[in-house]
Amino acid sequence: MTAGGVFAAALQGVGVAAGAPFVVGGMRQVRARLEGRAGGGIGQPWRDLRKLLRKQVVTPNGTTVVFAFAPAVIAGSALLIAVAAPLFATGSPLDSSIDLFAVVGLLFIGTVALGLAGLDTGTAFGGMGASRGLTVAALVEPTIMLAVFALSIPAGSTNLAAIVSTTQHHPGQVVSPAGLLAFVALSIVIIAETGRLPVDNPSTHLELTMIHEAMVLEYAGPRLALVEWASGMRLTVLLSLLANLFLPWGIGGDHPGVAGVLVGAAALVIKVAILSTVLAAGEVFMAKLRLFRVPELLAGSFLLGLLAVTASYFFVPALGGST
Amino acid sequence: MSTTVDVAPAPHTTPEVIAHPSRVGAAVLSGGLTAALGVAGISLGIAGLFHKVASVHIGWLVPLVGVQLNLDPLGGLFVTVTGAVAVPVGVYLVGYARHEHLPRLSLAVLPLFVAAMLLVPMAGSVTTFLLAWELMALASLALVLTHHRRAEVRTAGGLYAVLTQLGFAAILTGLLVASASSGADTFAGLAAHLDRMSPGTRSVVFVLTVIGFGSKAGLLPLHAWLPRAHPEAPSPVSALMSAAMVNAGIYGIVRFDAQLLGPGPRWWGLALMVVGGASAMYGVLQASVATDLKRLLAYSTTENMGLIVLALGAASLLSSVGARDLAAIALTAALLHVVGHAAFKSLAFLCAGAVLAFTGLRDLDQMGGLARRMPTTTVLFGIAALGACGLPLGAGFVSEWLLVQALIHAPRGGDSTLALAMPLAVGAVALTTGLGVAAMVKAFGLGFLARPRSEGAAKAREATPSMVIGMTLAASVCAVLAVAPVAVGPALRHVLDTLSGIAVPNTPRLGVMLRLPGAGSMSPALLAAALAVAVLAVIALAQWGARHRPEPATVPLWACGADTLTPRMQYTATSFAEPLQRVFDDVLRPDTDVEISHYAESRYLVEKVAYRAQFTDAIEERLYRPVVRGVLAWAGWVRRAHSGSVHLYLAYGALGLLFVLVAAR
Repeated sequence: MTAGGVFAAALQGVGVAAGAPFVVGGMRQVRARLEGRAGGGIGQPWRDLRKLLRKQVVTPNGTTVVFAFAPAVIAGSALLIAVAAPLFATGSPLDSSIDLFAVVGLLFIGTVALGLAGLDTGTAFGGMGASRGLTVAALVEPTIMLAVFALSIPAGSTNLAAIVSTTQHHPGQVVSPAGLLAFVALSIVIIAETGRLPVDNPSTHLELTMIHEAMVLEYAGPRLALVEWASGMRLTVLLSLLANLFLPWGIGGDHPGVAGVLVGAAALVIKVAILSTVLAAGEVFMAKLRLFRVPELLAGSFLLGLLAVTASYFFVPALGGST
Repeated sequence: MSTTVDVAPAPHTTPEVIAHPSRVGAAVLSGGLTAALGVAGISLGIAGLFHKVASVHIGWLVPLVGVQLNLDPLGGLFVTVTGAVAVPVGVYLVGYARHEHLPRLSLAVLPLFVAAMLLVPMAGSVTTFLLAWELMALASLALVLTHHRRAEVRTAGGLYAVLTQLGFAAILTGLLVASASSGADTFAGLAAHLDRMSPGTRSVVFVLTVIGFGSKAGLLPLHAWLPRAHPEAPSPVSALMSAAMVNAGIYGIVRFDAQLLGPGPRWWGLALMVVGGASAMYGVLQASVATDLKRLLAYSTTENMGLIVLALGAASLLSSVGARDLAAIALTAALLHVVGHAAFKSLAFLCAGAVLAFTGLRDLDQMGGLARRMPTTTVLFGIAALGACGLPLGAGFVSEWLLVQALIHAPRGGDSTLALAMPLAVGAVALTTGLGVAAMVKAFGLGFLARPRSEGAAKAREATPSMVIGMTLAASVCAVLAVAPVAVGPALRHVLDTLSGIAVPNTPRLGVMLRLPGAGSMSPALLAAALAVAVLAVIALAQWGARHRPEPATVPLWACGADTLTPRMQYTATSFAEPLQRVFDDVLRPDTDVEISHYAESRYLVEKVAYRAQFTDAIEERLYRPVVRGVLAWAGWVRRAHSGSVHLYLAYGALGLLFVLVAAR
């Protein structure tokens, strides 16, 4: 544990927490402009959060503590991943205690908390959202695990920092069959996990197509603010991980100085800005899939993930990992 | 719109039993004896784990060979686990028997069942082992048939009797072949004279014992008794069977196929991985669509036993390619999962029993809203469900983490068997985890949250103190395993020392930080602490702007503006699982039926919609039925020889005798 690592981890937490609403706002703005609208501006999600945080805390009749604390759990798990993952630098002090399997588990804990909250309301929409959300998650999380395992095999470790620094030292690995398959699989599941088109429409409130929105329909005020903020953080963290796993240039090392961390932060901001713009621009040209076509898409990406792992067993790159 | 969902057998309603003083006495005696046996088992098991325990030979008890009892660390671990399951069950039974009628015979057999389960891992010779095994099977059968007046119980009991005895026959044949060809009865003798057995004989013994032990552990394809017998047995019995008895199957595989006969050829490991992976995925899939809570838990047992056997197979395969350090990790994963599964599954069945006793419900479609009526049971079931889904902070997380680590760091290059088996195994484990979460969210969310879906659920009461104490004991073990697996680290190391044929003694250290050389590191305790800090930080951040807020209020549900929401409008377990059922339609083959009746005046107006979904076990349908049909056809053919004529029977007897005389000459 170094001072630089602690600094990087703290800055990651603050950066993701503060930056996530801007990522969401930026994506909305890109969509708005491409669709010929003026858009609310990149800061609109922040203004929404401020407004929601000043509203009354409203507890619906008949809900339990699960409903009350689920937003804090999902936001807390997202924040923890932001602190532990190699975003600005690889030296986070939590990296050795929270490896890839734990990161996937933390993502899943957030999904489960939100699904239980949806069920807790006892409304038809809550149950519908929970059922759909958990079905998607049950297929998405295994794929995330497989895809990143395919990348972890050359590194000889499941700790994200080790994977990122192996890719940093051997950039050729990204274009190996395993790397390419894993990239495609991971991109698809990140779209599904964060509820973007074509799996879920983040701006819909149309009853029959909702997944994420259906689960959070009963939330209002500060709790809704937490849920919105958390889903922005999940999107930001996953896009950052995608960027750093495949394109780790600019990221600070295990013992980063202040300059290294700041360069890493700047590099990540650029990477996430590009990725989110591409994602938002892609959404403009896409229609939402029918709900029961979504599992086919996810099964496809699961298969790609499986092939990625298999490929990394069969094609051992000459540069090797730690062994 | 009426929805008739006929998925599970109708819940048996329990009339409030007025406890008779003598019945209370019998329950206290039986529960006390069970708990005492459990305590004895724990102390004996710990002694066996850490010290050398003298072996006992009682010559007069069984003619010719006598009874041989040994306790080594491997047996000690399973004795400890069984004892640790028996203690909470015994405490729980005291309160349970006051509310649910248990006949005296069952109360008497329960301690006997525990004693038999404790004897199985202590057996030191083939004869003793088989005796203890059969005692365990018969005692459990008697307990399954407790409520034998109900037809479902009799069907379940019949199926269980047939499968367990078929399994016993396979084990008996396998062990007799092993014993005869090596000329030894004791395990020590078997190990010493292993060279007398040809590789072919060893493989025959392997196949027979895996079939037999697999049927006890609920592995495919002999799993069908489990989802029937566990729901029909009284809940304390289900807890004992699902958390302790199935482990006997795992013990048998480890003892005979890994320790005494092993390390075997490569296909042994592959066979175990295939059986384990298929069981895990099939079990979790059935659990995710099951609507009977106890049936769901029973399928989850098949899933977890599958994962354990997958880990054992991986250990065997890894050891056959020389990766003995990874084999040690896989073995640790298997043993840790045995311990973890015993903890969370006993807790889950005890909670299900509390729900059944105080609501009369087993069907998730009828439950709901128990969190307000039974808060303690709800929290405890939440702990069990978290363990069962293998998420961080759950009792099953660390073992699944170890298993995945062993799988993905297998040596690469050159060996194409390994290069195919390991990724597929990783995929199977990943998919099992994902679906397991959906199944457990369903069990917890639909069963305990939301609003009551039936009269029984609305009138639920909290479990009695002794039941709560029993469940809390199991829950505390879950909590320890979730954040501090270091507690069982030394015990597992001693067990691995006895399995040095497969794994190197340099085993993974389960410290506060799990650090595997060249594989990765993780710390469940730090993870839990960090998550708690993060959640608290978020709650503190959410206080921003609090002084501008009006006073918090409790208001009716918004529900999109609908003003009269009835509990029938909620999602049910069947509807929750519908998307998964659609996705895995080809494997599950559900029998669904939608019936729409129209008004007589106009066929455009719907009067009633009835939806029926029946999940039959696809394997049972397609594998068991043809076999049963074949046996029946054969029996019909043989029956022709039974004409009822005494002359003919005398002739059969004479012919048989002549044949034996000729053969014996």
